[in-house]
Amino acid sequence: MPPLLKVIVRRTLLGLLTLLLVSIVVFAATQALPSDTARAILGREATPERLTALREQLGLNRPAIVQYGSWLGGVATGDLGDSLVAKQPVTALISGRVRNSAALVLVAALISVPLALFLGSLSGLLRDRGFDTVVSLGSLTLAALPEFVVGILLILLLATQVFHIFPAVTLLDPQVSVFAQLKILVLPSLTLVLAVAPYIVRTLRASMIEVLESDYIQMARLKGMSERTVLGRHALPNAVVPAIQVIALNLAWLAGGVVVVEYLFNYPGIGSALMDAVSTRDLPVIQAITLLIAGLYVIFNLVADILTILVSPRLRTGLQ
Amino acid sequence: MSTIALTVRDLRVELDPSGIEIDDEVSFELEAGEVLGLVGESASGKTTAATALLNFQRRGARIAGGSVNVAGSDVFELGKSQLRHLRGGEISYVPQDPGSALNPALRIGTQLREVLEEHGFGSSDAERRERVEEMMAEVLLPSDREFLRRYPHQLSGGQQQRVVLAMAFACRPKVIVLDEPTTGLDVTTQAHVLSTLRDLAKAHGVAAVYVTHDLAVVAELADRIAVMYAGRIVERGPSHDLFNGASHPYTRGLLAAIPVIEGRRALQGIPGYAPRPGRRPPGCAFQPRCSYAVDRCETEMPPETSVSPTHLVRCWRAVEIGAIVSVASDTNESALVGGGQEALLQVKNLTAWYGTREILHDVDITLRARECLAVVGESGSGKTTLSRCIAGLHAFKMTGDIEFQGAPLARHARSRPVPIRRSIQYVFQNPYSSLHPRKTIAQILRQPLDIFFDLDRTQREERLAELLELVSLEGSLLRRYPDQLSGGERQRVAIARALAADPIVLVCDEVTSWLDVSVQASIVELLVRLQQEIGLCMLFVTHNLALIRSIAFEVAVMSEGRVVEYGPTDQVLADPQASYTRSLLADTPTIKGVLSGG
Ligand SMILES: Nc1ncnc2c1ncn2[C@@H]1O[C@H](COP(=O)(O)OP(=O)(O)O)[C@@H](O)[C@H]1O
Ligand code: SF4
Ligand SMILES: [Mg+2]
Repeated sequence: MPPLLKVIVRRTLLGLLTLLLVSIVVFAATQALPSDTARAILGREATPERLTALREQLGLNRPAIVQYGSWLGGVATGDLGDSLVAKQPVTALISGRVRNSAALVLVAALISVPLALFLGSLSGLLRDRGFDTVVSLGSLTLAALPEFVVGILLILLLATQVFHIFPAVTLLDPQVSVFAQLKILVLPSLTLVLAVAPYIVRTLRASMIEVLESDYIQMARLKGMSERTVLGRHALPNAVVPAIQVIALNLAWLAGGVVVVEYLFNYPGIGSALMDAVSTRDLPVIQAITLLIAGLYVIFNLVADILTILVSPRLRTGLQ
Repeated sequence: MSTIALTVRDLRVELDPSGIEIDDEVSFELEAGEVLGLVGESASGKTTAATALLNFQRRGARIAGGSVNVAGSDVFELGKSQLRHLRGGEISYVPQDPGSALNPALRIGTQLREVLEEHGFGSSDAERRERVEEMMAEVLLPSDREFLRRYPHQLSGGQQQRVVLAMAFACRPKVIVLDEPTTGLDVTTQAHVLSTLRDLAKAHGVAAVYVTHDLAVVAELADRIAVMYAGRIVERGPSHDLFNGASHPYTRGLLAAIPVIEGRRALQGIPGYAPRPGRRPPGCAFQPRCSYAVDRCETEMPPETSVSPTHLVRCWRAVEIGAIVSVASDTNESALVGGGQEALLQVKNLTAWYGTREILHDVDITLRARECLAVVGESGSGKTTLSRCIAGLHAFKMTGDIEFQGAPLARHARSRPVPIRRSIQYVFQNPYSSLHPRKTIAQILRQPLDIFFDLDRTQREERLAELLELVSLEGSLLRRYPDQLSGGERQRVAIARALAADPIVLVCDEVTSWLDVSVQASIVELLVRLQQEIGLCMLFVTHNLALIRSIAFEVAVMSEGRVVEYGPTDQVLADPQASYTRSLLADTPTIKGVLSGG
């Protein structure tokens, strides 16, 4: 097997192992929630006989390890169980939500990553000039603000107080694709962009500055290379490498950070589904969504690791 | 008729924006095919002057005056695109550390080709490919596809430096500037790089400016020498005149600091260090370190005056000093302790591994009380592994015995009893990384005192003062942090830290390899004094054969993990038995050849 493939296989297996561990933690944590599922379903007035019967029916009397086993078995075959509240399969319940969230995250990622790469490298290149000062101040400020504050400010600015361009709350028409209702996506995705871009900008600026001060850039200039070659061929490829991990972490964060933002804009995605599920103690839904978010973390990191190896000759050739 | 290839007139470089001078009044000329050695200690402004020849400064400095003329064009007057054409085309640069000057993400073939492409060399890819092959052959590297597709980290240090040399010669420049191109390379590799350079420069009529802190390196290479101190050229002229009639006290100091293989001369360092920009005294900048200084030197800067039509010196007393017999031929014999002392530490059949690789094979050496044993060899020969085994720092497998004072020594320092651990101390190679950056010198020195001795406050402070005095450092340094000290001062602190434990054996691993020659000499002076004054037994590890005569009574020459020659230093140097020792000797730069009469 080629060494690179070997690494990918090994990392993937490691990723799967991580997911398995995560599933245990998720399951254990939801079990530990201070709630009685049967009572949550039947309400306060339920008689002890009915509670017992329901527990029997849902298999809640079985030992935790057995319950975990059957849950995991279900997950592996794509069956996430039934929602306790809606009484329908979790997959059916959340698939629409997943699509909505995916749309949101995708739009946010497609805007924030290229924008941040551009702003970060330009800012590093124009170090200490006006442009850099503005970008640095802006990204520092944004990085310091929690994303719900950014969201609220955006609502005040663009939806309610100053301008009235975009809706403050999401009234998504479930019959039409989200992409056909772009106006609704704007504020939530803008909030996410402003939440992740600053970190990528700062990383890229720092690594760009370091690269530009390096001996090999000085050497490229002393060899008489044109500024375009110096930047495009010598500086950028080296500056982007450390940013890959940061981008992956931020994309993974997007998947989780979406929860707060969706709640804020009342956006019908997995975030608001998770909030609802937590308040009704709908364990199968909580488990499914947390596992999904954890899975995204693992996948993003896996991809980042492999990309980093691919673009760093030292790592790539070190594999042999 | 010879043609002038490079003219530098009154070059001035300042720190930006403070306007403090880094270099000033730098002037020299160079003919095609000639090599100029630009020599001085760190911080004297050599790199700054060297890059200024290509109209380049690092961030924080700017060229503030003067002119540089390369092959007829005034470098400072060129527009952007003309300047690009000049750099790498007419005048090229070879930096100090090829490892960091080659782009880690690009194949070396790409980096070689791009110079040719950018400068429009050759009319087709095929022609350029041919030129790359030709260059690789000239620097004695393979030019096959596999090699050119390698990344810089897949080459050795010597190969990297050759690639950079090939790059510099690629477009047939008129002038080539080399900034300490062999510092950090083994003597053998250095000798190869130097001879390659010499051949190329002569063959193509290229004028070369060779920057170094070591006069010995350029002794056989340079036609002319310019000695820099505190941003000014203090002495310049034909190589022969400088080596035989050095007329500036600083030049003489640099010469006296060069270890010579041929005679056992006590090394003399220059006390103090070259001042940084902004810290330079008025009058003659060398005055605080000069033993010839007179009142006038404190207030008036000496102008450049000629002691012969081609030999210029910046010193009020140049003529007098030039008349004193040449320093380099002084035979001020050093008296080394040695001969028949009892064995203190014995290494028997030592074999050591790194992972699964066997690094040392069956090594036997004996350290004798109050004597110094030198271990010499190229990097990778196992010197450091040997010294780490003795110090109990080797973390991998080892077999064989190490006996100290007749009793077997535990393998790991951790499992040695405290008095034994105290008795064997280690000084590391790199003074920049071996001292904790966020601790003051006092804190660094107190640590071993607190570990090994039970002293009260006053006793401890007394001991600190004593230690500083032992390594010739001022008491005021105690409150400073390592990054506020020069390299030489740091290495003294590292030695003082080792001495704080009151050791019997001191293991010194390449302790001078990061230092200027002048500073190296004063550290060697210090170590010799410590042998004599406190009867220290020493293991002195080095790759510099020239150095050992000044410090060690016995020497073990190592190659590929084996001791290939072992005996009294004088004998080994005078009549080397192993062919490896002989080639090492031949590759060691020396100033003997350029001294007339000496
Ligand atoms: N761009 C710069 N910014 C700040 N200090 C500088 C700069 N260039 C040189 N210096 C300072 O000037 C002095 C001389 O530097 P350099 O030319 O590198 O000397 P050398 O090559 O002889 O060691 C050093 O003290 C260095 O720190
Ligand atoms: S001018 Fe004075 S201080 Fe300077 S080198 Fe000459 S004698 Fe020494
Ligand atoms: Mg330098």
